[in-house]
Amino acid sequence: MNIDYSQELPVVEGRLTLADIDRLIAKPLDEKPDRKFFMALSVTLTLLFIGVISVTLLFMDGTGVWGLNQPVGWAFDITNFVFWVGIGHAGTLISAVLYLLRQKWRTGIARFAEAMTIFAVICAGIFPVIHTGRPWLAGYLLPYPNQHGLWVNFTSPLVWDVFAVSTYFTVSLVFWYVGLIPDFGVLRDRASSKIKKTIYSIFSLGWRNSHRNWQHYEKAYMLLAGFATPLVLSVHTIVSFDFAVSIIPGWHTTIFPPYFVAGAIFSGFAMVVTVLIFVRKVFDLEEIITLNHLEKMNKIILATGSMVGYAYGMEFFIAWYSGNPFEQFVFINRAFGPYAWAYWIMVSCNVFIPQLFWIKKIRRTIPSMLVIVILVNVGMWFERFVITVTSLHRDFLPSSWGYFKPTLVDLGVLTGSFGLFFTLVLLFTKTLPVVAMSEIKAVADGAQPSHHGGNH
Amino acid sequence: MKDKKLFGLAALFSTPDELVHAVEKVREAGYEKYDVHTPYPIHGMDNTMNLKPSKLGYITLSFGLSGAAFALLFMYWAMSKDYPMIIGGKPFFALPAFIPITFEVTVLFATLATVIGMLTFFFKFPSNNHPLHDTPYMKAVSGDKYGICIEADDKAFGLEKIKSLFKELHSTDVSEIYFPVLEPVNLFDGKFLALLVVVALLTSGVTYLSLNKLLYVSPFTWMMTQDKDNVQTKSTFFADGFGMRRPVEGTVARGFIPYEYKGLIAPIVPLSNPLLPTTAVLNQGKKRFLTYCSPCHGNFGEGDSRLRGQFPNPPSLHSEKVRGWADGNIYHVISIGQNVMPSYASQISRDDRWAIIHYIRALQKAKNASPTEISEAKKENSANVAK
Repeated sequence: MNIDYSQELPVVEGRLTLADIDRLIAKPLDEKPDRKFFMALSVTLTLLFIGVISVTLLFMDGTGVWGLNQPVGWAFDITNFVFWVGIGHAGTLISAVLYLLRQKWRTGIARFAEAMTIFAVICAGIFPVIHTGRPWLAGYLLPYPNQHGLWVNFTSPLVWDVFAVSTYFTVSLVFWYVGLIPDFGVLRDRASSKIKKTIYSIFSLGWRNSHRNWQHYEKAYMLLAGFATPLVLSVHTIVSFDFAVSIIPGWHTTIFPPYFVAGAIFSGFAMVVTVLIFVRKVFDLEEIITLNHLEKMNKIILATGSMVGYAYGMEFFIAWYSGNPFEQFVFINRAFGPYAWAYWIMVSCNVFIPQLFWIKKIRRTIPSMLVIVILVNVGMWFERFVITVTSLHRDFLPSSWGYFKPTLVDLGVLTGSFGLFFTLVLLFTKTLPVVAMSEIKAVADGAQPSHHGGNH
Repeated sequence: MKDKKLFGLAALFSTPDELVHAVEKVREAGYEKYDVHTPYPIHGMDNTMNLKPSKLGYITLSFGLSGAAFALLFMYWAMSKDYPMIIGGKPFFALPAFIPITFEVTVLFATLATVIGMLTFFFKFPSNNHPLHDTPYMKAVSGDKYGICIEADDKAFGLEKIKSLFKELHSTDVSEIYFPVLEPVNLFDGKFLALLVVVALLTSGVTYLSLNKLLYVSPFTWMMTQDKDNVQTKSTFFADGFGMRRPVEGTVARGFIPYEYKGLIAPIVPLSNPLLPTTAVLNQGKKRFLTYCSPCHGNFGEGDSRLRGQFPNPPSLHSEKVRGWADGNIYHVISIGQNVMPSYASQISRDDRWAIIHYIRALQKAKNASPTEISEAKKENSANVAK
């Protein structure tokens, strides 16, 4: 338990050779899926099936099958949307921001986190499409020359959302694919069966590990990281504008963009840790995704969790300091009104419990960190729920007050989104290398020429 | 071996240090067409190989800037030129509200241009039949070995000379790389034709199903099916089986007031004209008269039908009898008809009938004015003009 933080820790433990790294990472792809895999897949597919049934009911009967009604016109759909977009942000942060900050430890987890970004954005994208109960009308969101002669309202945050989320998805996918090209090359050259070799050849595009290519490749990776960094901040900023640009007390605050971005990183890192704990165990990747990785992520969770706590406090302070009685009412009602239970779940999961990560033993022990990160995920889902529902349920007129209760279909759609996410994660672990082989080899001990030095 | 064309000579090394040393020696020996193959980018290799900095950034910059310009100009055109609309009191060109989309489009254009530019323009990908593919050399360098390959079309290329150079550098393995022998492509190959047929069938089948069937599966009927009887549908509810129903006996249509003197033949109708003979009313009456009355009564009410005997000519409206009628009497004739003239109640609204009567009165006045009346009118006109 005594770790010397004054020296840089080795990224790869256990003195693995480069061939060992390839073999370890490619193992899940070389072997046939085992019983455990199918058991896990059957669970996630069941969850997904519940979601499919719920969504079918929604399409047949319309949004009346959901619990939302006046005054709470926005409830589970936007909560789930913001939650999943937030989960996605950890991937971009790890792959782009930590790359620009020259954090070598990111290589072990970057590929997995990027994949989670893509899957989370897919889950998030479902909700804006289905939230009207008429998904076939979603095409109207796009500015195309239609027979009405009308364009979308480019000054509306909801249209900004369309551009932000679709750009974010495209850029994440491209960034992920660019990272995968050299690995497809490795897999192609390792492949024993002809079908595998053909598939990997197609996706590798004919990658030859040439340094004349590596030179441009590194430049491109740098440029993409440079774009993804402001992009990730912009996406959750724009998501927060959906609320902040309105004039509802509880939504109309300038703190929302940074507060949402911090929350997104917080929840995203928690989700990455949750899944990585299982992945490193199941696929024997403990030497590549080490305890040091998890500890560093827990430190980021601690930092962003404290930022989120600061934002909660600052919202109350501004409500008092502004002297606006409506604002004050919303916040007192939020903490002590009918939704106090949700508010205090949120505060305890997001602010109090992550403080345990100040203790080194807790942030380096797998069971304790697993409990904490799952609670963080619960808390962050409730954060979006609290922001959306508590700001709406008590209107300016007491005659329009109401209490939102989710229906089974509401819960079914949420369950289904988790099913979709984990199904995609499981399929990913069996079809693509969960760790970037070429990147991890580059940071292994003795991988770089000695007299040129690693970092110049 | 003689029919094969040599691509180059490749050597493998087991550590990056040996490779860096080898690259330095190859450069010193004056070779230019060589490439280094490593499982991951080796730091400092750019300098060792004396490569110029990558120009990829210029593509990124130019496409990023054009993305920004395109987004801004498009939103300017759509929101202030093509369909200007005031939204939330913002100006047509609301720059702050355009920033988010401009930023997103900039990032999208720059990213896609960078990646597509790199893969196609810089790498010339996809290139799955490059001679280096499927060689033991390529399998080694994508795993854990470090290789250098000198191409045969280098000016200083010499097979034995390079082999001995690689030996001196302690290469673990030296191999000759040949261009792959391409098999001639046969377009009429059975498998290929079968694939074409399958692709054609799949494409047309999927298109047919999705456009003609899937789009109309419930609930995608676009509100065309509804639980109600339409006018032409058969009803299972009503005894007569008609979906279209007659109104209940005695129903009066909205805005309809029945004409209460219908049964009388030549009444002295106690109705007076509710409209004043203003210019607007006279113009309205003229328009309706020319539309509905003039075909038989003639443009000036003289009974000179334009129907050339296809329908009996009515008497003149300038007769003593009609001039002596009360307004209500003319109204009665328009409403229920007289002799061969049918009722015009369904074509001409109540107000229009009264407007037509004013116009007929004006026609009668104009046609039958006395000379003093004409000179009075002329005086009045000139007085108006002088004013």
